Amino acid sequence: MTALLEVKDLKVAYGKIEAVKGISFEVNEGEIVCLVGTNGAGKTTTLRTLSGLLKPVGGTVTFDGKPLAQVPAHKIVSLGLAHSPEGRHIFPRLTIAENLQLGAFLRTDKEGIEKDVERAYEMFPILGERRKQAAGTLSGGEQQMLAMGRALMSRPKLLMLDEPSMGLSPLMMQKIMATIAELKATGTTILLVEQNAQAALSLADQAHVMEIGKIVLSGSGQELLHNEDVRKAYLGED
Amino acid sequence: MHELPQQLANGLALGALYGLIAIGYTMVYGIVQLINFAHGEIFMIGGFGALTAYTALPTGTSLLIAIPVMIVGGALASVAVATAAERFAYRPLRSAPRLAPLITAIGLSIALQQLVWQFYPDAKKAVSFPEFKGEAFKITDSLSIQRADLFVLILAPLCMLALGIFVQKSRSGRAMQATAQDPDTAKLMGINTDRIIVMAFAIGAAFAAVAAVAYGLDKGQINFEMGFILGLKAFTAAVLGGIGNIYGAMVGGVVLGLAEALSIAYIEDIPGMSQLGGGAWSNVWAFVLLIVVLLVRPQGLLGERVADRA
Repeated sequence: MTALLEVKDLKVAYGKIEAVKGISFEVNEGEIVCLVGTNGAGKTTTLRTLSGLLKPVGGTVTFDGKPLAQVPAHKIVSLGLAHSPEGRHIFPRLTIAENLQLGAFLRTDKEGIEKDVERAYEMFPILGERRKQAAGTLSGGEQQMLAMGRALMSRPKLLMLDEPSMGLSPLMMQKIMATIAELKATGTTILLVEQNAQAALSLADQAHVMEIGKIVLSGSGQELLHNEDVRKAYLGED
Repeated sequence: MHELPQQLANGLALGALYGLIAIGYTMVYGIVQLINFAHGEIFMIGGFGALTAYTALPTGTSLLIAIPVMIVGGALASVAVATAAERFAYRPLRSAPRLAPLITAIGLSIALQQLVWQFYPDAKKAVSFPEFKGEAFKITDSLSIQRADLFVLILAPLCMLALGIFVQKSRSGRAMQATAQDPDTAKLMGINTDRIIVMAFAIGAAFAAVAAVAYGLDKGQINFEMGFILGLKAFTAAVLGGIGNIYGAMVGGVVLGLAEALSIAYIEDIPGMSQLGGGAWSNVWAFVLLIVVLLVRPQGLLGERVADRA
């Protein structure tokens, strides 16, 4: 079986500064794969490259059997790769309903879209209650729900979530993590970038630790969760 | 001479003209944060395109048939030049520092003026444009509206309405709003932001062409320099209304037009200011108004404070 996403020796640079220095990993269908690491490790850069916002300087990315390197950003989502970006980036002056609709921008099946909007409201009832409200008025956690709901609106084969728990209260963080677990249970394939390593690793099938542009450690979520170095560096244990 | 309703009507017509041109500044700024200083020349090119279309018609064609032809001809010319400018002058500089495209815009503005001056037949001085002749519409004894003014007073709100519906209701309009608010994320949704940017330039150019036809019909002549001061005024209107906001452009245009008309009529009646009234000072008062608004409300009349980005 070939992987849904295959990243090989990926290199990304900002000018002369190499932010991702040749990383390789795979995501298989139905899995949650997690990238953990400190700020500046290159996790967000990796996701932005996968969705075409940045161009790699080396390596290959194969998604669902097709090479991604030359595909422009606006065509990536139609291949089945959706990206919920770091910092949420909802469209603040559009309503919640309009934000969700935009997630399905390339879809033409009106009824299916309506159904999926309703499904997003079921998943996150608060969004349904405020559907006519400008998205910029939502709290951080609600915006995160909206960003996830919006990414799901394209019915992706692979969902990329960048720091979904960033800046959230512990309660909201739990809720978001529970949602990710639910998505996994329904068979959604997820590439997750998280600073909250404890929560992320306990959900992950596979996980990779990144440090300054390289993958320094790989294993199953459970393995890394019990790895001594990981516990020291990311889980705050001495 | 100084009757208020008449001054208000004049101001509204002038303001509608400013508003139509201001749309082009505000749409482009709203999406790529570029002040397209060549937009005044896009307006001027619209005028020359309209004139060319008119010249191609058989002599004696009724103005009612000629006007739609002129609008189409003007829009074709202005849209072609504006989208070419976007593609070849601005797009390569999309990720350059802001100053680079701004200077490009100023250079383009001069280049377009000179090209028309050099190559359009007889354009080295003002060329005559079909004038909207005929009796002004007398509404009351003290209020009459010129035909050319009526033209812009009807067309400007219609254009505005159409644009409003397009932006709020259509799929492309929604994509335009998304691109203005967050271009990278818009791409993640599958929106071809390059196409949206071209669309913004094209809509602005088409509106400028309508304004140019209105201007020509009113003055009976156009010239290669006319985009300079009108472009500056329309830019002022866009800033006044809150740049980036399409309704603000119209509101800013109308406020500016009214202020000018009223300053021409009434400033000289204020004791001690008799030297500062009349047409010669109207530009001064227009820009004084801009300065006052920028001091009191820097985001413009309908502008929003930019604080909603996470």
